[in-house]
Amino acid sequence: MIRKRELTFWERMYLPEIIRGVALTSRHFVRNLAIHTLHAVGLAKHRSAAVTYQYPEQPRPLAPRLRTRHRLTLREDGTPRCVACMMCETVCPARCITIVAGEHPDPNIEKYPTRFDIDLGVCIYCGYCVEACPEDAIRMDTQILDIAAYSRAEMKLDLHELLNPSLRKPVKACSLPFPHRCAVRGDPHAAGPEQPLHGPIFIGGDVTRAAGMEDQAQQARQIEAPHPVPLPSGEREKGEGRGNG
Amino acid sequence: MLEAFLIKLSLAAAVFFGVLNLAGLHTWIERKQSAIMQDRIGANRASIFGLRLFGLFHPLADVLKLFTKEDFIPPGGNRVLHTLAPFLSAFFALVVFAAIPIGNTLTLGGWVIELQVASLDIGLLYILAMLSMGVYGVVLAGYASNNHYAFLGGMRAASQMLSYEITMGISLIGLIMWSGTLDLQAMVRAQGQYLWGWLPLWGAVVQPVALIVFLAAALAETKRIPFDMPEGESEIVGYFVEYSGMKFGLFFMTDFIETVLVACLATTFFFGGWQVPYLFPDGFRFPWGGAIPMAPLAVTLAGIGAFTAKVVGFCWLFMTVRWTLPRFRYDQLMRLGWQYLFPISLANVVATGLALRLLS
Repeated sequence: MIRKRELTFWERMYLPEIIRGVALTSRHFVRNLAIHTLHAVGLAKHRSAAVTYQYPEQPRPLAPRLRTRHRLTLREDGTPRCVACMMCETVCPARCITIVAGEHPDPNIEKYPTRFDIDLGVCIYCGYCVEACPEDAIRMDTQILDIAAYSRAEMKLDLHELLNPSLRKPVKACSLPFPHRCAVRGDPHAAGPEQPLHGPIFIGGDVTRAAGMEDQAQQARQIEAPHPVPLPSGEREKGEGRGNG
Repeated sequence: MLEAFLIKLSLAAAVFFGVLNLAGLHTWIERKQSAIMQDRIGANRASIFGLRLFGLFHPLADVLKLFTKEDFIPPGGNRVLHTLAPFLSAFFALVVFAAIPIGNTLTLGGWVIELQVASLDIGLLYILAMLSMGVYGVVLAGYASNNHYAFLGGMRAASQMLSYEITMGISLIGLIMWSGTLDLQAMVRAQGQYLWGWLPLWGAVVQPVALIVFLAAALAETKRIPFDMPEGESEIVGYFVEYSGMKFGLFFMTDFIETVLVACLATTFFFGGWQVPYLFPDGFRFPWGGAIPMAPLAVTLAGIGAFTAKVVGFCWLFMTVRWTLPRFRYDQLMRLGWQYLFPISLANVVATGLALRLLS
């Protein structure tokens, strides 16, 4: 229970309290105005007259542990560290990660992602993917916060943007030195067959029924999956050659 | 005759120009001063050719926006009164400035110009009358909008303004008794005396209680926080809820014009108007000895400057109060007006009468 304090005589007089309040705000006014004036003539730059961050020009300092846009870390030869173990895809509660594995030329590595998509429109920034990763291949430390787009398609990141966080949509040129499903070059099957995905769960209505429908849809997709399209032979040799060298 | 007319006309134009500009600047002052008081920066994005000038272009941008907005008159509203209300409101606020002396006489090329648009013998009565007429704009706005909330807002405004006008008028009676005139120029001249040879005998010195009562009542007249019960944009709906575009802008400007007006009145009645301490028609003469002779024109200009500075200072004070205090509840507002300020102003009149009788 909140007990109301009895007002003293001077507080009930109201006028002294007004003067106190005006004095407080005036003190801020005079101090800040003086600092603003000093700033205008180039003095006292170390003292701040306002707590405002002029956002687009002056971004707020971010904590280093803040979870921001994802990136995929690289090996020294420029290929992703990711071994396509599907840990992140499995742990992701929002199911926004889609990985398609390809065979790595180095037998010690076995696999690498020919396709790695994150739908930022679905991602909840929980950071589980980073924790689940055994290879330190995915991190959320780009400090990129201004993720906004005019369409859902633009919210989807693929290998190009994840490997190079400075890229923004639309990505103009692809310079990834390994075979992958490349939307930039427009060759979706360059890295092998499209594999069944589990996309976001259909939410709405009866959830269990929706989940059942999801399974059915997945089965249907598996049945209808096209025959594996082999990599063009030249492409495969090029990739292997680079991997060995 | 024609020259006299032209002189008055140009004087009126100058006062009009100054008042409207100061009122327009108030939108900028309001944003910037509140920002600085609250450790913020304030609106600074409007720019012309990349020139921001501390956000001074925001009033221009606002006006452009208001002029291009739809002027909406609610169905069922009274078209004529709905259109008339903001103009009435602004008119009665502006017309008061005619009686306010902005300086001593100015001698220019053989003409002796009284720096007062209308030299009225009953200037104070005229001011009080015009101030009370300002209620009509507000009440009409509420009535013509065909909206219960606007109507209630208009009613609140009417009762508040009527209540505080009485207090305001009575708080000035002590000053009238002391100076023995209703002519504002004469009242300002009367404040050029000195108590004990050094203390300027301004209204604030003669009538300190009346000053406080007047300031409170005058703030209530401007309908701004802490007395913004009629408007209350953020929570309780006010009388101009059905107004859009530049008509709303006019109501908004009226608020600022009234702030300037109240600052002018407080200056004229209580802070010596255009009087500069120790400045006599032939220059400065300090009570501790020493004198600086000045030309008559320079003295007059110094008076106008002093008046402007005092008005701007009061505007600053009102703005500070507006950004410091929370809003009154309506019953608190009425109790303050009728149970405290009104009796205090009456007692002040009685005390002034007794003091004048005993001292004379």
